[in-house]
Amino acid sequence: MDLKEYFSLVFNDYTLRTITLGTAILGAVTGMLGSFAVLRKQSLLGDAISHAALPGIAIAFLITGTKDTNILLLGALVSGLIGTFWIRGIVKKTHLKSDTALGLILSLFFGFGMLLLTFIQKQPNANQAGLDKYLFGQAATLVESDVWLMAIVTGLCVLVLLLFWKEFKILLFDADYTKTLGFNTKTIDILITSFIVLAIVLGLQTVGVVLMSAMLLAPAAAARQWTNSLAKMVFLAAIFGAFSGVFGTAISASQNNLSTGPVIVLVAAVFVVFSFIFSPSRGLLFKQIRFIKNRRDLELNKTLAFMHQIAETHEDISHPHTIKILNNFQGYTKGTLKKLVDKGFVQLQGNMWSLTKLGYTTAANLYNQQTDSNE
Amino acid sequence: MEQKIAVKVDDLTVAYNYKPVLWDIDLEIPEGVLMAIVGPNGAGKSTLIKSILGILNPIAGSVSIYDKPYKKQRQLVAYVPQKGSVDWDFPTTALDVVMMGTYGSLGWIKRPGQKQKKAALEALEKVGMLPFKNRQISQLSGGQQQRIFLARALVQNASIYFMDEPFQGVDATTEIAIINILKELRKAGKTVIVVHHDLQTVPEYFDWVTFLNVKKIATGPVKDIFNDDNLTKTYGINYKVSIQE
Repeated sequence: MDLKEYFSLVFNDYTLRTITLGTAILGAVTGMLGSFAVLRKQSLLGDAISHAALPGIAIAFLITGTKDTNILLLGALVSGLIGTFWIRGIVKKTHLKSDTALGLILSLFFGFGMLLLTFIQKQPNANQAGLDKYLFGQAATLVESDVWLMAIVTGLCVLVLLLFWKEFKILLFDADYTKTLGFNTKTIDILITSFIVLAIVLGLQTVGVVLMSAMLLAPAAAARQWTNSLAKMVFLAAIFGAFSGVFGTAISASQNNLSTGPVIVLVAAVFVVFSFIFSPSRGLLFKQIRFIKNRRDLELNKTLAFMHQIAETHEDISHPHTIKILNNFQGYTKGTLKKLVDKGFVQLQGNMWSLTKLGYTTAANLYNQQTDSNE
Repeated sequence: MEQKIAVKVDDLTVAYNYKPVLWDIDLEIPEGVLMAIVGPNGAGKSTLIKSILGILNPIAGSVSIYDKPYKKQRQLVAYVPQKGSVDWDFPTTALDVVMMGTYGSLGWIKRPGQKQKKAALEALEKVGMLPFKNRQISQLSGGQQQRIFLARALVQNASIYFMDEPFQGVDATTEIAIINILKELRKAGKTVIVVHHDLQTVPEYFDWVTFLNVKKIATGPVKDIFNDDNLTKTYGINYKVSIQE
């Protein structure tokens, strides 16, 4: 199946449609919530939560003996939340920094989860195979009810974001100040963190424990490059996330046997790289172009200032001078001279130059102009 | 003349782990003063403000604003945090930050409307930042960022203003602009409390001063208590300053 075939099938084929919808919705909700995690400088929180969810899946299986997705994800949710609150507790009660707390909980829970997984595999229960799919995810196992669950959580998340938008924004920007205004910052914090945990748990089936945090971070990091408005950033992150889901599913479905989760994450990474390079205001490419242009302008201005110095010694400002005197000056090249002529600052007559009136006044106000544009 | 007490602090003690940062502070700040809190680094100046405002939890002590517990009087109090306490690369504009000053009176869920926007624009005008209202905040200079924070507090239309080093890292123009606004606030009968570092300017800018070094050393009118004796007690060295009358 090639990509073209995929897009014609996606509207008719039940399985393909379910998976595509599921990954798109998942990408959208993780993108939205990821924006908040990134702006709070809690990028690693997602990683810790997803890893902390693993023992929950194993324990849920050990207790119930079923592989029903909802029950396993409920276990993941519980242990993910426990991990999150332990992280908060460690940061609050000890001198450890949050990166240490995150790393500690991540490895502790993940290690315990792996231990339980191997224990389960050794059991003489035929039912046990396939739990390890939660490590890297398996989008093909998505069924309609999973997608409905994702859609409901996403809808709820959008509703909460719209209702508490102002509270979320101010908490992200200035938590201390938010407290002095009388808002209970703990409530806002718990609300937002709970949704992040929920979104991560929902994604475990598709993307898996190991790569889940990329779904949270990549769309948000890409979106930040394109806008300076929080609302637009959250919206863009949702779009990027959704497209990562769709394209990732398309690519993995059209190239046989490619695992969907990793492909989705790679597509999201492409969004990030593209944004880092090509964003107009923050991207590397345009930054470099602006840098070169600024340097050229500066060189031009230096030459003009030098000419102005010479012209000032004469009563008549447009008194012609020989081009040769410019040779001693560092910033001068034939190119800069030509550009100055193009701008109407300088007139050339044979091998003589003279400043025009415009050139003279521009040169005299060069410094003022620069401070103006810096204001 | 009997002055009303705007802020009253009783037996306030704050500690990080075992080490007390503030020890048994009693403080009465009369209404309508422009007060500096001075003291060496680590004296607990910012901690004092943050504890009064409930950002930090004291081990002991109570704070009242006009004779009622602080929690019931929040709307009377505005806060200007240190400029460096937030990430200025946050995706938002100057106007948007100033609007945040209205969130307290709005309460949960309600969105700011035209009325709030108008108040924010007026505050921006007061601090001379109206031309920059749509500027992304990372594109502002340090002095401009400080003015934005000041405008955000002005929007709250409070009676008591707490400011944590508003003059830190700003140029002379901004410093003068800020102190003029503070003096205007005092003229309007507001109480302004400022954590301040530059001892030279204390007599010029302020009429009330508190010396702090973990314990309260002294508090009162600048002309009475801003002297070598208290400075030496606070800073532990013989700190000579010339007091301009």
